[in-house]
Amino acid sequence: MSWTALLLISAGCYLMKALGPLVLADRTLPPTAARLVGLVAVPVLAALVVIQTVSSGDRLVLDARLPALGVAAVLIWRRAPFLAVVLGAAATAALLRLVR
Amino acid sequence: MSGAADGTGTSGPAGPAGPPARRALQRQALVIGLATGAYGISFGVLSVTAGLSVAQTCVLSLVMFTGASQFALVGVIGAGGVLGAAAGNALLLGARNVAYGFVAAPVLAKGRGRRLVLSQLVIDETVAMARAQPDPASARYAFSATGLAIYVLWNAGTLAGAVIGGEVDPAQFGLDAMFPAAFLALLVPQLRQAGARRAAVVGAAIALVLIPLTPVGVPVLAASLGVLAAGVGRTATAAANGPVERGGDLDP
Repeated sequence: MSWTALLLISAGCYLMKALGPLVLADRTLPPTAARLVGLVAVPVLAALVVIQTVSSGDRLVLDARLPALGVAAVLIWRRAPFLAVVLGAAATAALLRLVR
Repeated sequence: MSGAADGTGTSGPAGPAGPPARRALQRQALVIGLATGAYGISFGVLSVTAGLSVAQTCVLSLVMFTGASQFALVGVIGAGGVLGAAAGNALLLGARNVAYGFVAAPVLAKGRGRRLVLSQLVIDETVAMARAQPDPASARYAFSATGLAIYVLWNAGTLAGAVIGGEVDPAQFGLDAMFPAAFLALLVPQLRQAGARRAAVVGAAIALVLIPLTPVGVPVLAASLGVLAAGVGRTATAAANGPVERGGDLDP
């Protein structure tokens, strides 16, 4: 992959991050807009949970990640520390793949 | 985290509420950084196995610094995809950072120069951490602490992974299962309002339906429309715009 392409794509990703902070400067969004924009992270995070669990590229795949997420959900529900949640999921997936 | 709401020390520009709250935030930031760093290792491995050099892999993490876009980019390159598709996926996945930027903007330090630097840290985890705080000063501190920890450890992990190269299989160690778990842990504390729960369900459903139908990257972007479900049957209330009270859910 060429360095030029790599840096251009990276710059594009940075500009998207910087848009809000630079355009808004010291002002804040109107309350309704702020509420909607603030909640955007919620469906996006939910989508990322689904995508990272059951997809591989553009295919639906059911593998050890699903039970691992189940373990993570139980750990979150039991108020386990963040690291325990993440490591619990990794250990579950690793073990399931080991025994298969 | 209840100590964060008592207002002590909120007058200073960088002063979140009290040292105990600050230490709790540092601890959370470190834990999130470690989790991200572990995933950075797998990014480094995947990137070099996709054919990028160690230097290119490290520059991606330093300059692009948004995990999902980086994975999408090297994923498409590794699968032999054309550069246009790779770029499109990376930019589509990065598009959610526009929304995050608008969310984070009020919490970032004032001044154009600082904002240019802090903008680089506008990613899922930093914005989620900032939003989980009860007051602006804590949010600002949480954003910076989380961003710094992730930036350092993500890049360290990337370098380690790139050097290790193809010798580790990320799936064998369950590294790929860490990400959905981390996203779920970040999501749950934000689900206290019914509107947010509706948005989450709709977003997840949109993603599930679109995964096999659309190019990689589109489901995430489309899922952001799920936010509209939060507004159904609800007139704007102050509660919806307020901070999430239970940021302590991530507390180690």
